[in-house]
Amino acid sequence: MNCRTVLALAVGSALLASGCTGTAGTSKGADAEAPDDPAEVTGTITVLTHRTDLVQDGTMKKYAAEFNETYPKVRVEFDGITDYEGEVKIRMNTENYGDVLMIPGVIEKKDYPRFFASLGSQAERSRKYRFTDYTTVEGKVYGQSPLGAVPGFVYNKKVWREAGVTEWPKTPSEFLAALKRIKSRTDAVPYYTNFKDMWPLTQWTQVNGSVSCDEQATTKLAEGDPWAEGADLRTADTLLYDIVRQGLVEKDPTTTNWEASKPKLAKGEIATMWLGSWAVIQMRGAAKQAGANPGDIGFMPFPAQKNGTFCAVALPDYNQAVNIHSEHKAAARAWIDWFTDKSGYAADNLTLSPLKSAPLPDVLKPYEEAGVRILDLDDTRGAEVKTIDNQSEVGINKPDYRQDLVDLARGATKGGLDDFLDGLAKKWTGTQRSLGS
Amino acid sequence: MTDTTEKTARAPVSGPPAPAAPRPARRWRGATPWLFLLAPLTLLIVFTYAPIANMVAYSFTDWDGVSPELRYTGAGNYAELFTRSDLFEVFWVSGYYLAASVFQIAAALYFATILSFNVRFRNFFKGVLFFPYLINGVAIGFVFLYFFQDGGTLDSVLGLLGVETDRAWLGTPVSANTSLAAVSVWRYLGLNFVLFLGAIQAIPGELYEAAELDGANRWQQFRHIIAPGIRPVLSLSVILSVSGSLSVFEIPYVMTGGATGTETFVIQTVKLAFQFNKTGLASAAAVVLLLIILAVTWVQRRLVPDDKVDLV
Repeated sequence: MNCRTVLALAVGSALLASGCTGTAGTSKGADAEAPDDPAEVTGTITVLTHRTDLVQDGTMKKYAAEFNETYPKVRVEFDGITDYEGEVKIRMNTENYGDVLMIPGVIEKKDYPRFFASLGSQAERSRKYRFTDYTTVEGKVYGQSPLGAVPGFVYNKKVWREAGVTEWPKTPSEFLAALKRIKSRTDAVPYYTNFKDMWPLTQWTQVNGSVSCDEQATTKLAEGDPWAEGADLRTADTLLYDIVRQGLVEKDPTTTNWEASKPKLAKGEIATMWLGSWAVIQMRGAAKQAGANPGDIGFMPFPAQKNGTFCAVALPDYNQAVNIHSEHKAAARAWIDWFTDKSGYAADNLTLSPLKSAPLPDVLKPYEEAGVRILDLDDTRGAEVKTIDNQSEVGINKPDYRQDLVDLARGATKGGLDDFLDGLAKKWTGTQRSLGS
Repeated sequence: MTDTTEKTARAPVSGPPAPAAPRPARRWRGATPWLFLLAPLTLLIVFTYAPIANMVAYSFTDWDGVSPELRYTGAGNYAELFTRSDLFEVFWVSGYYLAASVFQIAAALYFATILSFNVRFRNFFKGVLFFPYLINGVAIGFVFLYFFQDGGTLDSVLGLLGVETDRAWLGTPVSANTSLAAVSVWRYLGLNFVLFLGAIQAIPGELYEAAELDGANRWQQFRHIIAPGIRPVLSLSVILSVSGSLSVFEIPYVMTGGATGTETFVIQTVKLAFQFNKTGLASAAAVVLLLIILAVTWVQRRLVPDDKVDLV
């Protein structure tokens, strides 16, 4: 036994061990069928969720108790995960990733059949539910979002009124003019970037579709140049650039704080933030806590109109799916159906219901009055867009490029907007060509 | 080590002079050190070498970090890495940390020398200097985020001194990198300091007494006793600083996330792996970083060989 042979053996076995990784689950194409008789469904199911707040304050338990009224023999347990994406991604290398889970963003669509049991055909499900094509692979649906959100500007009505702006701006230049009035007439910060927390900047990508008012906006990303003259993303990025360039944002974007920004918006120290309808309930909560008027929190669409109407896109939240390795697929399926149709989860969060028949939530009542068109984007090419995005390292759904954009706009880095956007376009279209699409 | 084992092995043998130890005993004697090493070696292999081997294996594939499918791509990731100069531009950021570590070593040496002499409150000052090293790096990131905030601690302290700077400390690439490097100095100064202090205190006290009798002043004591006495530790510190500067991660990742030109090679690697799902390419980048650090260390050892120090 000499020292060298032992080391060689050890390293050799380590190398061998590493040879077999990432080969979990070859079973493909199972179905999670809805049970016929609720009283007969049994089993304990674990639901993985990113809503740690709802797990902690007992809201999820209340949903489970209501669920048990219909399905008395099913036990539902919740596993709230703070770093949802990171942790679940790693757990999915095994078979043990709960019975019901939210599909992490990193999972590629083509892999859905390996990881999840199908909920049914798209032809059938799309009659009742929104967002089915976000999880459809070869005609079968693998997930269902329990709520939908509409991106838009959350704003403080009082501040905007004080500045003398009562109508929603209809073009980016009107929007800029409004922010300038807020800056000159009130003490509020006209627009807050949330630069440090990154994801609020990423939300600007959700403008896609609102400018062109086109249900095929995602297809256009897959086929065309997102930063062509007049394209949705170019319009959005130009507006953000101008807002920062003209000094209509907070003084030091590099040390912003999302949690602190909520009461600031509620109290009128911040006038506007680009977020989504999901944020309204949080802002109203912050207003109540800070002793401000929750009624001051308003919500408006992106300042662009097509033929005289505003457009806003409806986007799904995380999609719930059934683990293909689950031993209680019927119970898991029952939970997803109940949570989507009957739990009232969407209404509780003041968001869009995933049911096509449901009315718009209160938050979006002003949209209804103003005749804003709510678009359901066609996501058939969504997987392709994701691939192009990752391959090109542009990251339209990642914060980096918009942080660079903001840095450029406030003069921290040198360069022009056109060069910057053209550089992104070059990377994007170059990758499109190399992927052969 | 061998001495003690032989003694214990022989102890039970009594009476007439024993012949050579019986065969089983000898075999056991050979196995003893390995039995002792079993636990640490298992841990080392399972948690260090196996993941590294895994990483090297991934670097030859196009794995995305989660998909069950992965294809062998040969040296494709390495070819991509070396043909994309933009991936190596981030090493300029390491320059800030390298410059900072020169300052850090000098300051640590200064404090260690001073505090090795009889100074009032020396234990208190030792504690003050070493304390930051004990704090978790992520916590430091958050603390300094408040420190550099507009109207935060730094601005308030400067305001008390009558200096109104009104600048965004993390606002421009130069300012942000300098600020982050300063945080890094604050954090790691204590480690260098303790290493130096230990080395200095290992120098026999008679040498100082003899030097004092000969009329050497403090500087001469430093120059001719302390400096040569701590050379091995000094060279170790330099190696640690260089490799540390090349692989900075925690502080910039927590404080800026790599925005505003503060992205380091490791942050870039993490983003490749976890944002863009290019685990294969990121593994290759990690392997390359490992090789670069090994190469730098090797060059440095060749330039400054680690001679035996003999003060007496």
